[in-house]
Amino acid sequence: MNQVIFKDNWELIVGLEVHVELATQTKLFCGCLNQFGNEPNTNVCPVCLGLPGSLPVVNQKAVYFAMRLGRALHCSVNRSVFARKNYFYPDMPKDYQITQYDLPTNLEGYLELPSGKTIGIERAHIEEDTGKTTHIGTSGRISGADYSLVDYNRAGIPLIEIVSKPEIRTIEQAKSYVSELRSIILALEISDAKMEEGSIRVDANVSVREVGENNLRTRCEIKNVNSLKSLGRAINYEANRHISLYGNGESPRQETRHWDESAGRTRTGRSKEDAEDYRYFTEPDLVPLNPSEETITKIDQEMPELPSKRRKDLANLTGAKSSDVALLVERNHDAFIFDVIEGGGVPEQVVKHMVNNLSAGLGELSTEAFAQLTQMENKSEITSTQAKKILGELVKSGGTPAELATELGFEAIGTKEIENLVDQLINDHSDEWERFCLGDSKVQGFFVGQVMKSTSGQADGKVINQILNERSIDNK
Amino acid sequence: MSGMVPEQYQSASEIAELVATGEVSAIEILERYLNQIQEYEKDVHAFNLVTINEARAVAQETDKLIARGVTIGPLAGVPVAIKDNLCTKGITTTASSKILESWKPPYDATVVKKLKEAGATIVGKTNLDEFAMGSSTENSAFGPTRNPHDISCVPGGSSGGSAAAVAAGFVPIAIGSDTGGSIRQPAALCGVVGVKPTYGGVSRYGLLAFASSLDQVGPFATSVKDAAIVHEVIGGYDPLDSTSIKQAPESFLDMFDKGINELKVGVISELMGGIDGVTHEVIEQTNKAVSALSNAGAIVEEVSLPAALYCLSAYYLIAPAEASSNLSRYDGVRYGLRVEGANLNEMNVNTRTEGFGDEVKRRIMLGTYALSAGYYDAYYGKALKVRRLLAENFADLYKDYDVLLSPTSPCTAFKLGAKVNDPMMMYVNDVCTIPSNLVGHPAISIPFGSGKDGMPIGVQILAPPMKEPVMYQVAHALEKASQ
Amino acid sequence: MKMSDSISSDEVKHVANLARLRLTSEELEIFTEQLGAVLDHAKDVEALKLDDVEPMSHPLPIENTMREDIPSPMLKPSDFLSEAPVVEGGRFLVPKILGEES
Repeated sequence: MNQVIFKDNWELIVGLEVHVELATQTKLFCGCLNQFGNEPNTNVCPVCLGLPGSLPVVNQKAVYFAMRLGRALHCSVNRSVFARKNYFYPDMPKDYQITQYDLPTNLEGYLELPSGKTIGIERAHIEEDTGKTTHIGTSGRISGADYSLVDYNRAGIPLIEIVSKPEIRTIEQAKSYVSELRSIILALEISDAKMEEGSIRVDANVSVREVGENNLRTRCEIKNVNSLKSLGRAINYEANRHISLYGNGESPRQETRHWDESAGRTRTGRSKEDAEDYRYFTEPDLVPLNPSEETITKIDQEMPELPSKRRKDLANLTGAKSSDVALLVERNHDAFIFDVIEGGGVPEQVVKHMVNNLSAGLGELSTEAFAQLTQMENKSEITSTQAKKILGELVKSGGTPAELATELGFEAIGTKEIENLVDQLINDHSDEWERFCLGDSKVQGFFVGQVMKSTSGQADGKVINQILNERSIDNK
Repeated sequence: MSGMVPEQYQSASEIAELVATGEVSAIEILERYLNQIQEYEKDVHAFNLVTINEARAVAQETDKLIARGVTIGPLAGVPVAIKDNLCTKGITTTASSKILESWKPPYDATVVKKLKEAGATIVGKTNLDEFAMGSSTENSAFGPTRNPHDISCVPGGSSGGSAAAVAAGFVPIAIGSDTGGSIRQPAALCGVVGVKPTYGGVSRYGLLAFASSLDQVGPFATSVKDAAIVHEVIGGYDPLDSTSIKQAPESFLDMFDKGINELKVGVISELMGGIDGVTHEVIEQTNKAVSALSNAGAIVEEVSLPAALYCLSAYYLIAPAEASSNLSRYDGVRYGLRVEGANLNEMNVNTRTEGFGDEVKRRIMLGTYALSAGYYDAYYGKALKVRRLLAENFADLYKDYDVLLSPTSPCTAFKLGAKVNDPMMMYVNDVCTIPSNLVGHPAISIPFGSGKDGMPIGVQILAPPMKEPVMYQVAHALEKASQ
Repeated sequence: MKMSDSISSDEVKHVANLARLRLTSEELEIFTEQLGAVLDHAKDVEALKLDDVEPMSHPLPIENTMREDIPSPMLKPSDFLSEAPVVEGGRFLVPKILGEES
């Protein structure tokens, strides 16, 4: 086993619980809109307000999304039963949460990080979200609040909670786990997965142990982590807190703690004496979900290629750097890139434009036009600035790059013409030329700038550099 | 016997026909029943609320439609009373609890909607044991209902208001809910017909939940036929209730007059003296019903339902467990009573402590205990297993028998106050009715004679799930024999 | 009536706490006795062999009842806020919440 040391002789143990809001049209148990940002208490009905007599009916789409994610995480999809988790809190309209307990939809899977490490998934279950409580008072924090206000628009929005095994050993792995899970979710199109808007919420179970130790020590659950950066900071803070407690001969106590971003520390959370006795039991108002073999087979057949596989394929095809590859896969542009390159597109130019110039979408751009454009650029028939302009037109209104180049007056300045200009410059500026030949790269910009000036920017910078280099070699 | 129980009841089907054909107006029918209410309601207290103005408006509207030649449903102009734990849009729905004393729901229960669509005139909300927890309607925050046959006696419960309203001739039809016998036991004690449908046969949407896996809504009527007609009106698949059965039921009335020749009826021996508490006169009367069925051509045999011995124990863990969770929402935040406190927790505690009556508190605590971490397996888990055993027992019997028979209530109506201080003694009232709830099967109580005190006795016919047609068939035969 | 050993008054107190109920000392005594009686009665189930019996949560074996992901009418705030004990700016007001954070 390759053990990763966190600090001194300590090993970090992290398990993550990730809540994902599903992008269904309606809530989990009623037909109210699943929408963010409406006036308080406008997306509600008797069911999600918990009015006496109302009953839940489960949203088929939410179940389908949950099973889809389960299969993408290599879980078994099982007969599942909803359960009630009982505790009093005003953001829960029924004072119990409908969730899944001993029989969740998805069990036992794994997630492969871009690094190749796999992290076990214990379960991924369906549950309803709570309403939103706003604390009113001078501090804005719950402890200093005078009273609180409750809005149930969020109550009943479908969530999947994905529980990892405690197999994460570094902060980087923790971040990578979340971002990989996010890209899977985006690929499955089951959530918009925006961490800063709360459609992905991460809780971290953190503990430490001495290297070589086999048992797990007391863990703390860290809530209120709103970005990958704060996830890293929170884990780091908490692990160090544990280490220093152990160093003082003390131990952490198992509890929920809240990450305070501005203070850069975790604080002890809910400590109600009855917090742990949730009195789970089967939700009698709902019936078990029992997907047939065919349902699961169909989900597998409809499974899109997952990010890990797509990243590998795209990297092999283009040779692009991993961050570009990850970005393009996240944007779902890899299939398009495959078509472009198959149609003769030049990989290097294709990737460059996809990353830098096409983040807003492909519009009317056809694979053929894009492929031709990269060829023209590659052959220096047009400059990269011109290519970018033509690309903009192609996205806006389609067409062919050759016609657009003519239309826009992008007659490529021939290499011969540039050679003449460069030779003229060498003659006129012999001092600068000497310095260039001696390796002073600063003057390179001067020469390029001059050529550009006399061609009104129509010359290809690459070609200029190429000629400068050839001439300097000749000079030696 | 007091004079308030009519010599003869007019059937709902007759009323509907008279109204539909324009022979009698809906308003005329309504006024006749309102008069009876006016006369005797102060003695009986069947209602939490009589919606006189709304009812008159509906009846007048019905008459207008009929005058215009519009066809009204099978309950045209039939006055109906609704148990006050079913939501009625804009009309106070209290569950006879202080915690919901003035709550007006923004929606109608599915059952209420269906009754309105069938042309019924809803006349009010009937009293019950708070949140349907009880067997005497004494646990109402608004005072007890009394038995129209003897107002010193209870009407049974929890749907005592609905049973008493039908018995007193306040309405020809009332709707109740039955979690452990809450329709059948008061029907028996008040001498009317009461039906608990197959679980999932009638929508629970809009029924204030007591124990969700046991609750069913059903009718009270003065005849088996009326009960069947109303059952058909309120029953059927409801997409708002996940536990609703999709398969359409067979007509309850097709087999109605076919007689019961060669039908096999099993008499549950455990409920005929096998369990303590079933009185001698009730057993005697039930035996007369057995003879009557036998005379009508049925094959009647004594059978054993061993798990029946453990039903009371299982029920009084499962029902409180579910109730403890169902009643959590009454916390003073969104609706109903709120008793302020210095902080949220205090407000919750003050509200619930003041808002709930003793029986409700008892069951909430019992259920909370049964579900709590250390005791789940010992109590709740075991109760769920007893339920399975019971279902297997029933399945075995229904291989050989079309229906089963037992008393409905172990005794006739008892005096007010006689059992309120001993919960266990009160719980025994449900011993014959609980088995059907635990397994979700239909059952009906039919009046069959009376005890030495002159108070009505009911006999119960139990049937397999969705086999209401044969249940009504046998019940109708028994009804004929009793006349 | 004899005191049962099925449940202690401390346990009843704990359960009342969980259920957000307050009991007077008199009530505590009565409820302990009454709950004890019900739990004692429930002990008769111990006579049954239940190890191999599957628990039964639902009375009927219905599965997979679901609805389509289609919006249905929602309530207007005026339909339910008028029933709420205390409201501020369209939201439900609750007294300050203790014991959440230190």
